[in-house]
Amino acid sequence: MSRSYDRALTVFSPDGHLFQVEYALEAVRKGTCAVGVRGKDVVILGVEKKSVLQLQDPRTVRKVVMLDDHICLAFAGLTADGRVLIDKARMECQSHRLTVEDPVTVEYITRHIAGIQQKYTQSGGVRPFGISTLIVGFDPHDTRPRLYQTEPSGIYSAWKANAIGRSSKTVREFLEKNHKDDMTREESIKLTVKSLLEVVQTGAKNIEISVMEGYGKITNLELSEIEAIVSEIEREKEAEAERKRTRLAATAARQAAMATRADAGQPSGQ
Amino acid sequence: METSFALTGKGYVIVAADTTAARSIVKMKDDQDKIKELGSHLLMAYSGEPGPSNAYIIMPTQPTDPLLSFYSGDTIQFAEYVERNIRLYQIRHLYPLRPSAAASWIRRSLAVSLRSRNAFTVNLLIGGYDLADHKPTLYWIDYLGTVVEVPFAAHGYGSYFALSLLDRYHNPDATLEEGLATLKRCINEVSKRLVVSPDRYKVKVVDKDGVREVEL
Repeated sequence: MSRSYDRALTVFSPDGHLFQVEYALEAVRKGTCAVGVRGKDVVILGVEKKSVLQLQDPRTVRKVVMLDDHICLAFAGLTADGRVLIDKARMECQSHRLTVEDPVTVEYITRHIAGIQQKYTQSGGVRPFGISTLIVGFDPHDTRPRLYQTEPSGIYSAWKANAIGRSSKTVREFLEKNHKDDMTREESIKLTVKSLLEVVQTGAKNIEISVMEGYGKITNLELSEIEAIVSEIEREKEAEAERKRTRLAATAARQAAMATRADAGQPSGQ
Repeated sequence: METSFALTGKGYVIVAADTTAARSIVKMKDDQDKIKELGSHLLMAYSGEPGPSNAYIIMPTQPTDPLLSFYSGDTIQFAEYVERNIRLYQIRHLYPLRPSAAASWIRRSLAVSLRSRNAFTVNLLIGGYDLADHKPTLYWIDYLGTVVEVPFAAHGYGSYFALSLLDRYHNPDATLEEGLATLKRCINEVSKRLVVSPDRYKVKVVDKDGVREVEL
C-alpha cells in the first residue's frame, strides 16, 4: 500500500510525523476535560463528569483515581486505555515499595507512566494509549505539592496549573490569566471550579473535585460543597456585571447631562 | 525460640509475637516486630525460617532433596509480598479484602509456593476485624498451606504450653483486659517451662477502631 505509513505505527511519514501518535492526541482532545491546580500547600484535581444515564450507577464511573496513598491521577481520552495504564502504575507503586521500602515520588511514577506510553509508540503490534494524564501528589517527607502531565507520545512535564482534554486550550489560557503563586486551599479550589465552568455548561453536577492537602490526605468534595462554590462564583459574576451596568449607566447619564447643558447654553448666545 | 499467640474476644483479636531475631544459637536482636499491619483492620504475625541466610551452607547438595524447600524459607520476603499485594487489592478496588478473603489468598499463595522448587517456610496468624459483619476473626495458617478459622491459636514451641491454657481459660466474650490476662498466662507459662523461651513480646490488638499496639 502506498500510504502505509499512516497505518503501521512504527513508521514515520515522509515529513517526520508518527500519525498514530497524533491520532491518539486527537482522542485526548475528544475526552472530557480535567484540570490540575497547584496552590501553596495543596493541589487540586477537577474533572468534567459526563452525566450518567438514568439507570446507571454513577459510583462505577471514575475519572480521578488513586495510584497510592499519596498520589492521584486524572485522565482524559479513552477510558478503557486509562484503566490499563492506571493498573500498570498501581502495580509499579507497590512494586517500588517492595523493592526499596519507600513510596514512589510523584516524578518517579510520572516518568514510569510516560515511559510506558512511549514504549507503545515504538513497538510492533500495539497502538499508543489514547490518554493524557494529570498526576498530582506529595513526595514522601516533603510538603510541596506536585503536578505533572503525561501525553500519548511519552512526553512528561511539571506544571503550576494545567488542563487536558476537551477545550483544554481555553481552560489553560484561563488558568494562565488567573493563576497566582502560593494560593490557599479555598483560592485553589475556586480557581479550579472557575476554570472548569469555562467549558462545563451544566454546572456543579457535572464537576468532580479532589483536594490533596499533604501526604496521604485526600478529600473529594461533596456535590453540595461544589454547588456552594459554583453559586458563589455566579454571584461574583453577577455583581461584576451589575457594576459594569451601573458604570455604563453613570457614563450615559453624564453624557446626557453634558448634552443638555450644551443645549441650554446655545439659546443664551442668540 | 519463635513463638506467637493470638486469641479472639468480645469484638477484638489480640495477636502477640516474640521479638527475637535469632540465627542458630545466637540472638541478634530482641526488638523485631514480627506482626505486620496488612490493612486498617488486619494483622499478620509471621514466623519461620529467618532470612535469606546461610541456607546455602547448610543446604543439602542434592537439589531434588525434599529438605531443600525447608531451608530456603524467608519469612520477611513472604510477609512483604503479602503486604504489598493486599495493599494493591485495596487500591485497585477501593475497598480492602475482608479477613476471610485475605486468609484464603494468603493460604493459596503458600500452597502455590509449597509446590515450587524453593517454598516459603512461613507460619502465620491472621487476625482481623470484619467491618462487614462486625466480627473479629482469627486464622491459623502453616507453611503447608493449611488454614483454619479458630478462636485462639499459637505457633512455635510456645504452642505446646499455651494451647492447653487457652483451652482452659479462653472466653470468646472476654473483655480486652481479660483477654490480655489470658495472654499473660500463656507468656508466663512459656517463660517458666520452655528452655529457650523468648523474653519479650510485641502485642497488637485489632477491633472496630482498627489496629493498635498495647503494652502488657
